[in-house]
Amino acid sequence: MGPQVTILAAPNPVIPDGPELILGILAFAIVFFFLYLKALPGIRKLLEERTEAIEGGLLKAEAAQAEAERIKADFTARLAESRHEAAEVRTKAQAEGAALVDKAREEANRQRESIVAAGHAQLAADRNSAVSVLKADLGKLAVELADKVVGERATDAALQERIIDRFLDELDARLGVQGAAAAEQVS
Amino acid sequence: MSTTATASTLLASGCHLGSGCGFPAPSLDDFYFSPIFSIGGFHFTKPMLIALLSAAIVCVFFYYAFRRPKLVPRGAQNIGELGYLFIRDQLARPMIGKAGDRYVPFLFSLFFFIWAMNLMEIIPIAQFPATSKIAFPASCVIMTYLTYWYQAIKQQGFFGFLRKVIPTGVPVWVMVILIPVEWLRVLVIQPFTLMVRLFANMFAGHMLLATFMIATWYLTSASIGALFAAGSAVMVVVLTAFEMLIQALQAYIFTILTAQYIGESYNAGH
Repeated sequence: MGPQVTILAAPNPVIPDGPELILGILAFAIVFFFLYLKALPGIRKLLEERTEAIEGGLLKAEAAQAEAERIKADFTARLAESRHEAAEVRTKAQAEGAALVDKAREEANRQRESIVAAGHAQLAADRNSAVSVLKADLGKLAVELADKVVGERATDAALQERIIDRFLDELDARLGVQGAAAAEQVS
Repeated sequence: MSTTATASTLLASGCHLGSGCGFPAPSLDDFYFSPIFSIGGFHFTKPMLIALLSAAIVCVFFYYAFRRPKLVPRGAQNIGELGYLFIRDQLARPMIGKAGDRYVPFLFSLFFFIWAMNLMEIIPIAQFPATSKIAFPASCVIMTYLTYWYQAIKQQGFFGFLRKVIPTGVPVWVMVILIPVEWLRVLVIQPFTLMVRLFANMFAGHMLLATFMIATWYLTSASIGALFAAGSAVMVVVLTAFEMLIQALQAYIFTILTAQYIGESYNAGH
């Protein structure tokens, strides 16, 4: 290398060259404005859309899960409720059945009592009618008997009537005691 | 040999070890190209072409990837989305916070434009990272600081922002030192380091790769040099892989720092 190849031709490398600087700024401006206006808005929008899609999907899944849980809770509640209702119905039916049995028993008792009472009344009526028939027959028989015994016909009707009544009263007293005892036995 | 002669012109002339030719080490000259065409005083050079190509590639790729976005991504959209989500979820939102989504297009452009320019280092034929010319990192920094300061001044006012960068609860005598340091940091050091970090990394990377590539060519001869040529070739492969990492990393660092500065304009005060 000759002595003429000194650093003469090489400028300071840390001093920017004017035209290069301007061209560099221009080149960067081209890159920036082209990317900013043409290339990047699309991808930015798309990335936002994708985030939204993913987040939307997650939200949807969450909503679905919440819905499922809500339905499950609802179902469980309804199941418990229907079980409770069934138990209630059963208890009510049991109570109603018991009440029906009681009522039927009561009715039966009442009917029995009324039948018994009717029987008693019938019995008393029969007895009374029998007594009155017997009374008349007995009076007649007694008079006939007395006629035959005395041998004469008691003509005085009023007297005859008095005698019969007195007799019958005595008889009645006697029969009444017996009748009451009989009635007691029947009931 | 003229002053504009570069290593490549030497190599094209068949300069090898033992051919009476010294090692044509890469120099600063390799970063200055003769114009492809000139319009008046304006010279269109290779770094400019590479920067424009990078811009075009970024635009075309993402236009193709996002031209008909589908809810379920297919093909290029997958890769594009990966990039978009990386910028949004790893840079914009953690660094800027709630307002982060507004800056995704800016940070996205910044990251992929710088990365594309860096990647040109290892693309055959191009083989030059536009970012190794400081004008290109500088243009990115200018855009960043227009955004960052505009936002900071809009949020807090110019003096409000300058007040906000000062930590609170510091004794008055410390303030005397702290205030100039903090202002210097925000107004000068931050943009300058942002620019130089990217530039220097790509500059050094290009030097490194060029050195080993030239060495591989130069040492190829019927001598013991062939052995070193093979070693250099292996180094080229290893360094290419390494540079790929650095290219992505530097684009990432540039973008994350930008995001951090913008974030600071929203929530200034440490």
